[in-house]
Amino acid sequence: MNGLKIVVLAKQVPDTRNVGKDAMKADGTVNRAALPAIFNPEDLNALEQALRLKDQYPGTTITLLTMGPGRAAEIIRESMFRGADGGYLLTDRAFAGSDTLATSYALACAIKSIGEFDLLICGRQAIDGDTAQVGPQVAEKLGIPQITYAEAILSANNGSIKVKRRLERGVEVAEGKLPLLITVNGSAPDCRPRNAKLTMKYKRATSISERQNNSEDYITLYNGRPYLNIPELNLKDIQANDAEVGLSGSPTKVKKIENVVFQVKESKILSTSDEDIEGLMVEMISNHTIG
Amino acid sequence: MNNIFVYCEVENGIVADVSLELLTKGRKLADQLNCQLEALVIGSNLKGVESQLFPYGVDRVNIADDARLEPYTTSPHTSITVKLFQEEKPQIALLGATSIGRDLGPRVSSALHSGLTADCTSLEIGGHEDKKEGKIYENLLYQIRPAFGGNIVATIINPDCRPQMATVREGVMKKEIVSETFKGEVRELNVNDYVSEADFAVSVIERHMEASKVNIKNSSIIVAGGYGVGSRENFALLTQLAEVIGGEVGASRAAVDAGYADHDRQIGQTGVTVRPKLYIACGISGQVQHTAGMQESSMIISINTDPQAPINQIADYVINGDIAEIVPKMIKYYKKNSK
Repeated sequence: MNGLKIVVLAKQVPDTRNVGKDAMKADGTVNRAALPAIFNPEDLNALEQALRLKDQYPGTTITLLTMGPGRAAEIIRESMFRGADGGYLLTDRAFAGSDTLATSYALACAIKSIGEFDLLICGRQAIDGDTAQVGPQVAEKLGIPQITYAEAILSANNGSIKVKRRLERGVEVAEGKLPLLITVNGSAPDCRPRNAKLTMKYKRATSISERQNNSEDYITLYNGRPYLNIPELNLKDIQANDAEVGLSGSPTKVKKIENVVFQVKESKILSTSDEDIEGLMVEMISNHTIG
Repeated sequence: MNNIFVYCEVENGIVADVSLELLTKGRKLADQLNCQLEALVIGSNLKGVESQLFPYGVDRVNIADDARLEPYTTSPHTSITVKLFQEEKPQIALLGATSIGRDLGPRVSSALHSGLTADCTSLEIGGHEDKKEGKIYENLLYQIRPAFGGNIVATIINPDCRPQMATVREGVMKKEIVSETFKGEVRELNVNDYVSEADFAVSVIERHMEASKVNIKNSSIIVAGGYGVGSRENFALLTQLAEVIGGEVGASRAAVDAGYADHDRQIGQTGVTVRPKLYIACGISGQVQHTAGMQESSMIISINTDPQAPINQIADYVINGDIAEIVPKMIKYYKKNSK
């Protein structure tokens, strides 16, 4: 069969797993600048599933789509180093403050404007929100079915796809007709590393905003090698309705944010001495906490 | 109209615990808001399922019973839920934060353009003043959840869109029977009015379900390890301690991510919520995402090299030191002193 047209949805996220002391500002808001920005881990699992389909079905193309600030072009480049054919950066101030629903609306508009596709693949969830909502919300907006929590794509033949899913209490194989959306679990195989040749080929791939301060030489370079351009899409390009993105398009509002405050208990401090530990175990046994 | 709906999960005729926990919470919210509590059950062979639900104070059970609706697939369950909500206009809809609820919830919210908050750890009713718009709202659902790696706790509201939707993990809310004799009403939905052939484009062709291997939720003693445990070898020490004192091993998300323990042992907002008699936290710093899942433990012992670890503030006993030194001593002195 002919290759598949795959769009991978990915997000650049602050690395919330390595939050340091300066990650929070004094007023209790998050200091994003102090957090390293990374490729959302499960989106890398999703990219690997797309790359495996490309290995298996010649003629397959992989387009990455991400929404975020200018610096998010980094993850498109990173995907190209690993085998994606290109990508779009969806970026506009109007998108700021979008909740999952407004985000999925913008992504769905962008997907429509990019063109036909057979398969949308994304990570199950992003580590900065852990909501797992954007994938299914995009599928609903596009009116296509979904298969969530994929661990492996078993086959994609004749317009139908078989997917192994990892659920809380077991595994399932689901079959569906293309086009559809798949969300990929962290238990799926890790993404392959960068390919040296592709890294050389795409190392100067940039978006327009990344190039702004560059010299004439660069312009010639990009005119000669259009594949080095990472296209940017804004609100107008995707024909999105202003009222459905950003804060105004978000049904959920943050009413209050609190820094984490623990209820302080009277805790007893023990040393590592044999006496202290034996005393603790004796107390636990005598008050029937243990045994 | 304007009621509270709980989407109830059923497998082989048994309603999931998480759904009964949500009904318990739903009943309390319904009393506060002076509205009715409704359950929505979608599946196959559901005859008599209402008898499992009525004791939790359900005023009406809506049932969609059709052989094609079990096992769960996304599209038909979405179509039924969306259409029913369009007809009934609930003010609140609750789902379990399970494989099913997290698959279904976002589809429904996207179709209805309503807000959905995932993995809430608390649900309350309260007011809100939008000073910019000069609007005052009463009786909104406060959807409270840790966010941003557990560094903050956010209260989310949906002022204008209905239903206000939220998912909650199993074990976060308590399950309590209102009355064994409570009786509500049953409404059978005509499934063909709600689904179309196109909804069955995805089918399940193979299924291996297994009962959860580990049962940390019901264990009265839990020895849990965090990233600070440092290695798989040290984690094995925790397993030894748990075996000796008759407990189960749990883990923080960081420990699971580091590969020290399997995901089914993860405790916290994105894992299981536990309320054991004794919780021994080893090398766990205590981000709110973790403590949300264990802070109701009766007794907490924290073993940590960092005397400033946040978890120490909720611990009954704090031992400052190295796990590799302390845990073997605990095993030794337990054995010595127990009969």
